[in-house]
Amino acid sequence: MSKVEFNKEAGPREVFCGLTSIVWLHRRMPDAFFLVVGSRTCAHLIQSAAGVMIFAEPRFGTAILEEKDLAGLADAHEELDRVVNDLIARRPEIKTLFLVGSCPSEVIKLDLATVAEKLNNRFLGQVRFVNYSGSGIETTFTQGEDGALKALIPLMESSNEEKLLLVGTLANNVEDRFKKIFGNLGISNVESFPPRQSTELPKIGKKTKVLLTQPYLSETVRDLKHRGCEIISAPFPLGIEGSTEWFLAAAKAFKISEIKVHEIISPLINRAKLALESHKEILKGKRLFLLPESQLEISLARFLHNECEMDLIEVGTPYLNKELMKEEINLLPDNTKIVEGQHVEKQLDRVRESNPDLVVCGMGLANPLEAEGISTKWSIEMVFSPIHGIDQAADLANLFSKPLKRNQILTSKTLVTH
Amino acid sequence: MELTLWTYEGPPHVGAMRIASSMKDIHYVLHAPQGDTYADLLFTMIERRGQRPPVTYTTFQARDLGGDTAELVKKNINEAVERFKPKTLLVGESCTAELIQDQPGALAKGMGFDMPIVNLELPAYSKKENWGASETFYQLARTLLKEKVSSTKKISPLRWKEFGRRPKVNILGPSLLGFRCRDDVIEIQRILSEQGIDTNVVAPLGASPDDIERLIDAEINICLYPEIAEASCEWLKRNFGMEYTNTIPIGIKNTIEFINEVHKKLDLPLTNKKELENKSKLPWYSKSVDSNYLTGKRVFIFGDGTHAIAAAKIAKEELGFEVVGLGTYSREMARQVRATAKELNLEALITNNYLEVEDAMKKAAPELVLGTQMERHSAKRLGIPCSVISTPMHVQDVPARYSPQMGWEGANVIFDDWVHPLMMGLEEHLIDMFKHDFEFVDGHQSHLGHTATNTKDILNSDEKKEKNSKEEIIWTESGRAELTKVPFFVRGKVKTNTEKYAILRGIPEISDETLYDAKAYFS
Repeated sequence: MSKVEFNKEAGPREVFCGLTSIVWLHRRMPDAFFLVVGSRTCAHLIQSAAGVMIFAEPRFGTAILEEKDLAGLADAHEELDRVVNDLIARRPEIKTLFLVGSCPSEVIKLDLATVAEKLNNRFLGQVRFVNYSGSGIETTFTQGEDGALKALIPLMESSNEEKLLLVGTLANNVEDRFKKIFGNLGISNVESFPPRQSTELPKIGKKTKVLLTQPYLSETVRDLKHRGCEIISAPFPLGIEGSTEWFLAAAKAFKISEIKVHEIISPLINRAKLALESHKEILKGKRLFLLPESQLEISLARFLHNECEMDLIEVGTPYLNKELMKEEINLLPDNTKIVEGQHVEKQLDRVRESNPDLVVCGMGLANPLEAEGISTKWSIEMVFSPIHGIDQAADLANLFSKPLKRNQILTSKTLVTH
Repeated sequence: MELTLWTYEGPPHVGAMRIASSMKDIHYVLHAPQGDTYADLLFTMIERRGQRPPVTYTTFQARDLGGDTAELVKKNINEAVERFKPKTLLVGESCTAELIQDQPGALAKGMGFDMPIVNLELPAYSKKENWGASETFYQLARTLLKEKVSSTKKISPLRWKEFGRRPKVNILGPSLLGFRCRDDVIEIQRILSEQGIDTNVVAPLGASPDDIERLIDAEINICLYPEIAEASCEWLKRNFGMEYTNTIPIGIKNTIEFINEVHKKLDLPLTNKKELENKSKLPWYSKSVDSNYLTGKRVFIFGDGTHAIAAAKIAKEELGFEVVGLGTYSREMARQVRATAKELNLEALITNNYLEVEDAMKKAAPELVLGTQMERHSAKRLGIPCSVISTPMHVQDVPARYSPQMGWEGANVIFDDWVHPLMMGLEEHLIDMFKHDFEFVDGHQSHLGHTATNTKDILNSDEKKEKNSKEEIIWTESGRAELTKVPFFVRGKVKTNTEKYAILRGIPEISDETLYDAKAYFS
């Protein structure tokens, strides 16, 4: 392991809670509905993060707790029952309904598991109910997906068929690319979790080899292990290096030779390197500060340093699972400063002191930092954009080079005419 | 429990944030878990603010709940006071913290600080954003001024005469994330100044706690947004005798009435009454022949109370539209909106549910929708032009250019913003003249996105839902054929009217003749 410097920090944070992951999960599984059991704050959070208004009727909503629901839990259970009945009557196309716990529902100890069980019996054969918590007192941003996937595992049937299971939400086009490349490598039985339809859950078992596409799935990994799945240890498929290692790790697990892998992906790598050049030109030698949010920070830091030659000032991460991130941390340059957790004020002091060229941060901080003359990239875009894989390396770099390029355009005088 | 897919208002602590972020030298310590910081982006993204809201979130986690969350509150208060050195501290809690009952406000008051501390108790499970903003502003004014109540003489609106200076007023209500507040304040100050009236304090927008203490230097208060300022104005009236205005200066008539009201309260003679009529282009633009086509345009209005009521008045009396629907999501303003609706022979729609609003919109078959960002989306789905007149808003509702809603310039902005989404007057005259030309039958439509107005869609829309209620009205071949000849922009209305007529007359089948009968009947 490289000599990476680990730090921990606690204090006020500026990050989303796990509910936010509904924003991409509902797009991945269009036959599912996410019902948050929470407060008006939860409803407001999701609509603010998602720009919900464009949907006629979004596939997520909030059962807003009111004063009378807090008075007696029995009534709250009954009320939730009523809300679910209304919802299913109105939206008969729903196949899976996620009951999503929130801060207030956790604090009043609303037992969503029991509610889900009852509803499962009632709507047997029509709608399946699962529950997980996306509360801010337990989860950060992308951890919501971890909870949602973990909740689906008990519904997955067992199978002893040998397969490669890609775990973590991918953009559909990226998923298709990956499957094609794995096919070329000779791995034809490839499935994804979450699937594109909530009812088409992959079967799993001892011969399932799990390859993670996202770094924030600790709990899901644990439960998949319990089901006998083999977890392939690899860095994450962000950038050329990460994706190459990722393919190699999968190939190794399927006893496919390295030579074969290189033969298949070399043309892709050459093409991607070419595409990366213009971005590297802008990013090279620029100093990067990553604030914690999406949990992709360590992989991004690795990509932006190793492939785009940026200098890393600080790599923030909301939490650190050293086991899961082992391969990534190995690829980081020596003396990288990783900070787990956050004290947003102290961290912003460090941002200002270190005078970075680019800061990766949440939307609440981006404009204020820009106003101070610091270029930023909002991290939420990473979870909405297709950034995985070799073919996407330049697109990923573009997310970071663009603000710098724009800044350069706006601050330079290029036309001679007055 | 209420199923909500989208909500017009945030929770009450977001209202408190709007007050804190609008002001200077204030800090708000909010006892809240991780995630509640999302509210920052409303200010930094929608308003494009270059500063973070002055809010410290205590960020308690599940593991803190077994231990001492009160200590965490104190630690955060100490750090926030040390770092930001506010002149006044707001302390409150979001929905989750309300459940664990740490009483952060009481804790803060026991910490021995010199600065005034406002303990905000905003019930998250029964109240909403505007109420929270109103309550915060009221509690702030009360905290900073209550000691002066006994030592201050009742404020006479006429005392400026004794003092031998121009009368002074406060402008209360404008805040961040309010609709065009930034520019309304400039416009109203300009109008008052022209009348020889000085502005003492604008609050909360741009005010500091010192300014709040100076509120009583003015003679009267201008209550610009009752949703936010009425409670404070009422308290200032009760305790200091300060009178406040009731007229909201949106539209020409109300701006003139507002000026009259202010003059009357201050006993200031109005010298330039005649000039007022010509201060805005709206009256002439509305009178000019090109605006003939605006007559009787069916308009559906939904928004906060203040803007919805004002819009109804302007639509009816200043632009000659027909108001076919009026409603609000502000329960606090329901009484006033109901009263206005009644005058228009309508039943006000008071609801939080945007789907209900969309249904009402569909039924009213308007030609223009005036609403919030949500109604803009609903109207887009229905293929109806729309202008946004109220919060909740989006980044595009915070334009770079000066674009108030109030006063003379506000009326100009309103004329442009409401009329441009409709077809240009002359363009419509021409279309009317040439409506039987092939360009106007199906497949040839104007640049406007008439997404749901081709005949097939109109005939099919709602068919399933309405079948029972309409008792199986059938469109015959000739009826259908005639309907396709009707210009697309009135086709929906013609269809509804014809069916209404058929039901009225008990006609089971609609033929081409029925269309003409209905046309004659309704003309």
